[in-house]
Amino acid sequence: MEKYYHSVRLLNERCIGCVSCARHCPTEAIRVRGGKARITESRCIDCGECIRYCPNHAKTAVTDSLEDLQNYRYNVAVAAPSLYAQFDKNIPVSKILAGLRTLGFDKVAEVARGAEIATAALREYLAKPGIKRPVISSACPASVRLLLVKYPELIEYLSPVDAPVEIAARIARSEASQDSGLPLEAIGVWFITPCPAKMTAVLEPIGVGKSALTGTISMISIYGELLKSISGLATVAETPMASAEGVGWAVAGGEANGLDDAKILVAHGIRNVSNIMEQLALGKLNDVDFIECLSCAGGCIGGPLTAVNRFVAENSIKQRLKRMRAEETPESRLPVEAEQVVLALREGRSIEPRPVLKLDDDIVVAMQKIELIDDTLKRLPGLDCGSCGSPTCRALAEDIVQGTASETDCVFRLREMVRDLAQEMVNLSEKLPPSLTTEIGMKDPIEPSRLRKNRMERG
Amino acid sequence: MKNETQGLLLEFPLEHYRFETAGEASSKVKQVVRQLGVDAQTARRISVCAYEAELNAIIHAFGGRMVVRVLPDRTELEVTDEGPGIPDVEAAMREGFSTAPDNIRELGFGAGMGLPNMKRSADEFEIKSSLNTGTWIRMLVRY
Repeated sequence: MEKYYHSVRLLNERCIGCVSCARHCPTEAIRVRGGKARITESRCIDCGECIRYCPNHAKTAVTDSLEDLQNYRYNVAVAAPSLYAQFDKNIPVSKILAGLRTLGFDKVAEVARGAEIATAALREYLAKPGIKRPVISSACPASVRLLLVKYPELIEYLSPVDAPVEIAARIARSEASQDSGLPLEAIGVWFITPCPAKMTAVLEPIGVGKSALTGTISMISIYGELLKSISGLATVAETPMASAEGVGWAVAGGEANGLDDAKILVAHGIRNVSNIMEQLALGKLNDVDFIECLSCAGGCIGGPLTAVNRFVAENSIKQRLKRMRAEETPESRLPVEAEQVVLALREGRSIEPRPVLKLDDDIVVAMQKIELIDDTLKRLPGLDCGSCGSPTCRALAEDIVQGTASETDCVFRLREMVRDLAQEMVNLSEKLPPSLTTEIGMKDPIEPSRLRKNRMERG
Repeated sequence: MKNETQGLLLEFPLEHYRFETAGEASSKVKQVVRQLGVDAQTARRISVCAYEAELNAIIHAFGGRMVVRVLPDRTELEVTDEGPGIPDVEAAMREGFSTAPDNIRELGFGAGMGLPNMKRSADEFEIKSSLNTGTWIRMLVRY
């Protein structure tokens, strides 16, 4: 089996073996075995739903930390608009960026600027004739991975536009190299991330040869320090460059907002994303140009690694956007250059599906397994309680047939088997040896010596 | 599900106006063929065939059934319904031709793409319909 990198991990000592994570996993990637949650790597899409739902905080995202900055001579922080949403609307973006710098970065860059370029590239792509419609956004790495695992037939619908964070990181790296005179590789470019999927996207990019990012740092891990440094700031030297169009990407619908005339659907929340992909696979979405897919409910502000409640964050970013729009003029906006758009479009890239559903390489054996699964499923209670450690009865039936679980893992089946066994024991206990039974059993074999003796007595 | 000459047999009853069940048969069929390792694009064609057939029977017929035979090299779908039948099959095969009532169209169904979609998705497509009796459709998709 192929090895995949994943940011989402289990902290073994904290896991108590409950099945919260397994039941909430959108790709059924988790099984609880031996009292601990195990992740099936080929199925995991790093959406972080398990992190969200684990009551014991046993699920975590492996990201980099501020200490990793020491390995590079020059460091750039790449800030997402979802980071701005973690702060009160009265704290200007310039102050947030300046605060970030004091944590040890030489330079800061805005993902929102990358988002403006991505929007321009997307507009250009959508205007092309002959493309597969509706175009599915590829900005959310967890949604892209969901598609690869569950709906590989939709690969050709994926937008070939780089994610804003990639665009921003590429520009930041080359600018930093010019500013510092250092080679590109000597620069550390770090994304302050709201989700684990971005970390995976850096280490295992899809459709991009190599990510322009060095790594990611969890938003929540630096939030406290950042708050402190911002409140202590006297003067601010940063000038934000992004407009409301780019900053708006923090919230669901923000990406679609820049596509004026297109017919658009916005799906957020991983199950909704899955549903809309299902609809598209059935050929039902005929009158749609673009689908914005965001794994987290509410958009990136709902990311599992954010600090602030997503509704609070949504309110604060919307008010910030309102103010930005009121102050913006066409002249105040930084133009997007044609060259940047060309770089952001990656048409003709090849993306591989992840075949995770296949039961067997031999189709005839696979058919037998499907029948076995169906038969097994009929014996299971159909409650989907998860007590067996598999997320549903069907998943358990598959696991049994694939040899990774046993029918006795189901507490209801086990109880039935124990009851049957007990009944059998009662039945057996009622059987007495012939010496104690009152009737002479006709079935008892008659010894020839006894027969002879009887005859002699009679005779 | 029964094993029949190295194949799987799936049967689904289809009920008039039961929209809440629409898509259940097709997603089951899709899951089965994907688990067999049928490639994603082919699996999609099979599920589109099943879905459109399912929906047609729900919208137009008074009831019917879909029998799906999944074989090692192909999947056959056979849909039989009892219903009004199609007065002009040739017209119904044209994209956009629809006899769905307005209340159905308001729900976003009945765009007149059902039969054309089935024909486009299947490698073989046969239809027989008689007025006031019902419609029979057979589709075949090769892997």
